[in-house]
Amino acid sequence: MLSVQQLACERGRTRLFSDLTFEVQSGQCLHVHGANGAGKTSLLRIVCGLAEAVQGQVCWRGENTRQDPGSFRAELVYLGHAPGLKDELTAAENLHFQSQIDGCALSPQQIAAALQRVGLGRQQHLLLRRFSQGQKRRAALARLVARPARLWVLDEPLAALDHAAQQLVSQLVAAHLQAGGLALVTSHQPLGVESMDLRLGV
Amino acid sequence: MSAHLRACAALLLRDLRSAARRPGDVATPLFFFVVVSALFPLAIGPELGTLRLIGPGIVWVGALLSSILAMHRLFAADLADGSLEQLALSPTPLGLLVAAKVLAHWLLTGAPLVLVAPLIAVQFDLSLNSTLVLVLALLLGTPVLSLIGAVGAALTLGLRGAELLLCLLVLPLYIPVLVFGAGAVQAQLGGLGAQAHVSVLLAILTVAAFLCPWAGSAALRIALE
Repeated sequence: MLSVQQLACERGRTRLFSDLTFEVQSGQCLHVHGANGAGKTSLLRIVCGLAEAVQGQVCWRGENTRQDPGSFRAELVYLGHAPGLKDELTAAENLHFQSQIDGCALSPQQIAAALQRVGLGRQQHLLLRRFSQGQKRRAALARLVARPARLWVLDEPLAALDHAAQQLVSQLVAAHLQAGGLALVTSHQPLGVESMDLRLGV
Repeated sequence: MSAHLRACAALLLRDLRSAARRPGDVATPLFFFVVVSALFPLAIGPELGTLRLIGPGIVWVGALLSSILAMHRLFAADLADGSLEQLALSPTPLGLLVAAKVLAHWLLTGAPLVLVAPLIAVQFDLSLNSTLVLVLALLLGTPVLSLIGAVGAALTLGLRGAELLLCLLVLPLYIPVLVFGAGAVQAQLGGLGAQAHVSVLLAILTVAAFLCPWAGSAALRIALE
C-alpha cells in the first residue's frame, strides 16, 4: 500500500540516506531505527509530504502521493515531536478542532470517549497549558483513537510517556494493525508489537 | 467543498477563541494605534487647519504600524506548537486555511481599528463626511494589510530577526494602500469626492484576497521543510 522508491534525503550538504526502498502492506508496522541525526524524522516528514526528497518517490495505493496529496492526507495521521495542540484550548476543544481540520468532525461523545481511552477523562475540560509534558502527549494520542486513518506516521510516540501510556501506545498500534492499518514508527524503545525493522545510517 | 469551508470556519473559531483567552494580544495593537495617533495632536498643537490636513495620513500610518505589530505571531505560534504541520497535512488546501487565519487576524487587529477610528477622527477635527470616508477606507484597506502581512510573515517564518525583516519586507508593499487610503479622505476634504480612491482600494483588496493566501501557503510549505 505504501511504497517508497529510491528515496534520498539531504540536510544542508550532508546526505542522510540515499537509495532507500521499502514497502509496507496492510497490517504491517515499520519500525525505523537509527542514531540521533540519522534522518528518521526527515524520512517520516518526506513520507507525509512535509518535506521534499532530493530523489525518489513515495507511493500510496500505487500512486505518487505528490500527484493527489488531498486524498493521501485524508488517510494519514502524523504525530510529530510537537503535539500540535494549543495551550489556550482545553483537551476536548483541541481534539474537536483537530477532527474538523482533518475533515471528520467528532461528536462530543466520541471526543469524551477518546480522551477517556488515553486516560484524560477527568482532565478533558482543562486548559492544555495546565498539562504536563506527558499529559500533552497523551492528548495528542487521542487523535489516533478518535480518527479513522489508514496510515499512522508516529515520530517518537513513546517519548515523555510513563509506563502505562507506553503500553497504551503498543495496544493502540496493535489494534490498528489488526484492523488492517499501516504504521511507520520511529522509537528508541521497543514498540511491543510485531514489526519490520529499518536501520538508517549503516 | 463544504468540508473545506467547515475546516476554515473551525480554524477561524479556534484563533478567535485562543485570542479571547489571551486578551492582551488583542489589546496591545489597538492601544498602540490609539496612543500613536493621540500623540500627534498633542505634539503639533491645537491648530485645526493643520490637524485636519495631517489627520488622515497619521491615522493610516498608525494603522500600518499597529497591523505589523502582531503580524509575526500569525504563524510563529503554530509553528512552535506543531499545529502548523497539522494544518499543512489537512486534506483542506493550505491556501484556504491561510485565508481563514488572515481573516481571524483582521477581525482581531484590523476591525477594532475601524471601530475606534471615528474617535481618533474627532481629535483631528474631521467632519462627519470625512470620518465616514476614513472608516470606509480603513474597512477596505486594513484587510489588505493583513493579507500582505501574512505573506511576509510566512516568508520570514523561523528566521532569525524575523520581526525586523518582516517590517522591511512588508512596509514598502503597504505604500499603495497608504496612498489611496489617506488620499480618499484628502480628496473628500478637498471636495473632489472619494469614489475613485475607494474604487482603487476595493480593486487592491480583490487582487490581494485572491493572490495572497496562495502565496502565503507556498511560503509556509517552504518554511516547514
